[in-house]
Amino acid sequence: MKKIIAILLAAVMVFAFAACSTTDDDSESTTDASASSTVSSDLKVGFIFLHDSNSTYDKNFIDAADEVHNYQLFEDTQFIYKTNIAEDDSCLTAAEELVDAGCSIIFADSFGHEDYMIEAAKEFPDVQFCHATGTKAHTEGLSNYHNAFASIYEGRYLAGIAAGMKLNEMIANGEITEDEAKMGYVGAYTYAEVISGYTSFYLGAKSVCESVTMEVSFTGSWYDETAEKEAANKLISNGCVLISQHADSMGAPTACEEAGVPNVSYNGSTISACPNTFIVSSRINWAPYFEYAINCVINGEEIASDWTGTLSTGSVVLTDVNEDVAAEGTQDAIDEAIAALEAGTLHVFDTATFTVDGETITEYMADVDTDDNYEGDHNVIVDGYFDESADGFRSAPYFDLLIDGITLLDTQY
Amino acid sequence: MAKANTASAKTAKAPREPLFHIVKRSSLPFYKSWLIRIIAIAIALVVCGILTFILTGENPISVYGTMIEGAFGTERKIWTLLQDIAMLLCVSLAVTPAFKMRFWNIGAEGQVLVGGLACAACMLWLGNVLPTAVLFIVMIIASMAAGAIWAVIPAIFKAQWNTNETLFTLMMNYVGIQIVSYFAMAWESPKGSGKIGIINQSSQAGWLPTIGGQKYLLNIIIVLAITIIMYIYLKYSKHGYEISVVGESENTARYIGINVKKVIIRTMLLSGAICGIAGFLLVSGTNHTISTSTADNRGFTAIMVSWLAKFNPLVMILTSFLLVFMDKGASEIATVYRIDQAFSDIITGILLFFIIGCEFFINYKIVFNTKHKKAEIAAGAADAASSAKEAE
Repeated sequence: MKKIIAILLAAVMVFAFAACSTTDDDSESTTDASASSTVSSDLKVGFIFLHDSNSTYDKNFIDAADEVHNYQLFEDTQFIYKTNIAEDDSCLTAAEELVDAGCSIIFADSFGHEDYMIEAAKEFPDVQFCHATGTKAHTEGLSNYHNAFASIYEGRYLAGIAAGMKLNEMIANGEITEDEAKMGYVGAYTYAEVISGYTSFYLGAKSVCESVTMEVSFTGSWYDETAEKEAANKLISNGCVLISQHADSMGAPTACEEAGVPNVSYNGSTISACPNTFIVSSRINWAPYFEYAINCVINGEEIASDWTGTLSTGSVVLTDVNEDVAAEGTQDAIDEAIAALEAGTLHVFDTATFTVDGETITEYMADVDTDDNYEGDHNVIVDGYFDESADGFRSAPYFDLLIDGITLLDTQY
Repeated sequence: MAKANTASAKTAKAPREPLFHIVKRSSLPFYKSWLIRIIAIAIALVVCGILTFILTGENPISVYGTMIEGAFGTERKIWTLLQDIAMLLCVSLAVTPAFKMRFWNIGAEGQVLVGGLACAACMLWLGNVLPTAVLFIVMIIASMAAGAIWAVIPAIFKAQWNTNETLFTLMMNYVGIQIVSYFAMAWESPKGSGKIGIINQSSQAGWLPTIGGQKYLLNIIIVLAITIIMYIYLKYSKHGYEISVVGESENTARYIGINVKKVIIRTMLLSGAICGIAGFLLVSGTNHTISTSTADNRGFTAIMVSWLAKFNPLVMILTSFLLVFMDKGASEIATVYRIDQAFSDIITGILLFFIIGCEFFINYKIVFNTKHKKAEIAAGAADAASSAKEAE
């Protein structure tokens, strides 16, 4: 009898987990299908993924590859996926095997793949190697090695607006006072990509809710469900009334749903698992980049050494706003900001909107060219704003200023 | 013997009796035990085939073909296969003397990691300082010393105060992983990324040289040499004999004048040092970086390799081939059929279940209680009883 109960329980849990997994949001803006070009019959494309689709991060990449695969009408044998490739010599081996299989362009999705992709690029000068989130393409001087990222800080800024509007609603309803408008943020590492992300989220919220403050907790891992959940719970018990995160598990959203605290998510919608707390989510859509790079190879054109996707390329996307949780007028406010960002009248890191140690920044040497001593090498303050992921610098974020209003709780990572 | 006699006598008298009972085999000829193993693998393949067809609708034969393709498909794949066999074998060789001594060293993962960490430290700090030959000597010694220290700490506690080595070595893994994790932060590049990246990527200082254009060949040769030395050491040396006596019975060992404490400490020093070499080969000869996943659970997989081979280093070549082959085949299935990695794990699990399970049928036989057999058992028991009496 006990055994039957155990089996039933296990089955229930399996279904529960399946229900928790992120669902595709059909309403997201997809890339322009009419842009598909004729496929050269022998082109093969290789992909190297750190995990398989059980990770939200890799799922986001795999879905984008599938999308390009489907509407560009490639044959199944033309798209080769290598999943669960670690960030060591096995990445180089995977790249070599993809070349052996006839691939003329190879993508890798994880930061730690970069050095091995560079090794592969040196070994096979006729094959194009494209690495997402890397930092070295602009200094490596290899014509067949490329980096890509997206201006996801803009997406996070927009999500921050939704968060700020929610805080305003809570203040108006008398649930919290203006001084209690404190948000929490669960980050992975004190890495520029994360700092750029939480700062833009905070500035988005601050643009509509002036009194907002934020606490950030780091987990020291890109995927650690337990640590992320604990960090979210810690922030909630510290008095944070809204949580967002930059890590790849369901830890923080689940903690929010259990505690009834509103959550701004990342990598895709978590509404199915968290219907009572999910507000909105931003994510990078990699399909435009895959399409761009593949078309470059087909047409015999150079691929940019650093490519930054934007709102207008369709690389930075937001899910639908959950009207049940979000404040009234959220969607309108977001649309307004999108228009201003695209027109160039609004800049996320406008130096007039933030201070560092009480001072306004007028010049900042960012560590754009990676070196062992983390030395700053480029002034990135242009026309009164911090020029993140800009042309001429690099695509991966380099914003690492610690601005006023944000408290970092555990910086050992 | 007398006990067995009364037990079977009782079953013979009882009105109702179980359908079968289990009898220990005295010994089985070499070919018969291998026949059982081959039958087990064949059954496992059939079960996997049926499951594959039910779950995915793919033709099982072509799935198996894909597995073989994944391991042997190209020249590069064969080299990678050999390299992975060599690395797993190296860690397995390291734990074997300890196991033979009945010292449960499940800390190989940590010993490999600290060995690799020592090697990475030498590459970072001394890579562009020392001449190449000196650098390699320093790297090997540092790796072996680090691995040996990690292994000898639990050994000293076991020898002096008889602490539980299973728990101790297991816990040392986590300490090792955290230390590597700390240095991954300390040496990270760029700042905050938590990744070291390839060490000395431009100068290649401290990278094990490629010979004959094959980057893994040197690794493979080194491990092959360790395999042969370990076989001779365990089978023909005085140390090897002492290890097996301590493993059989510590009291016997003490009685015939073996210094048990010394054997435990010496054997664990050796075990840890070989783990250190594995760490060296993984960092200097393969990945050129260190992270918490450098050992890739080989420290635990090695336990299975060693046990399946009954601690025989030459047979371990075969068992590590088996495990690596299944791993390669599984990831090829994931690539070709776009099936989740979990499915490959299921197939590997089923194969291992049958392979380990068949050891039961090699050690025991099942006797069905038909009338004819009953008489036979009674006769056998009587024989055993009389022979036991004779022995008395």
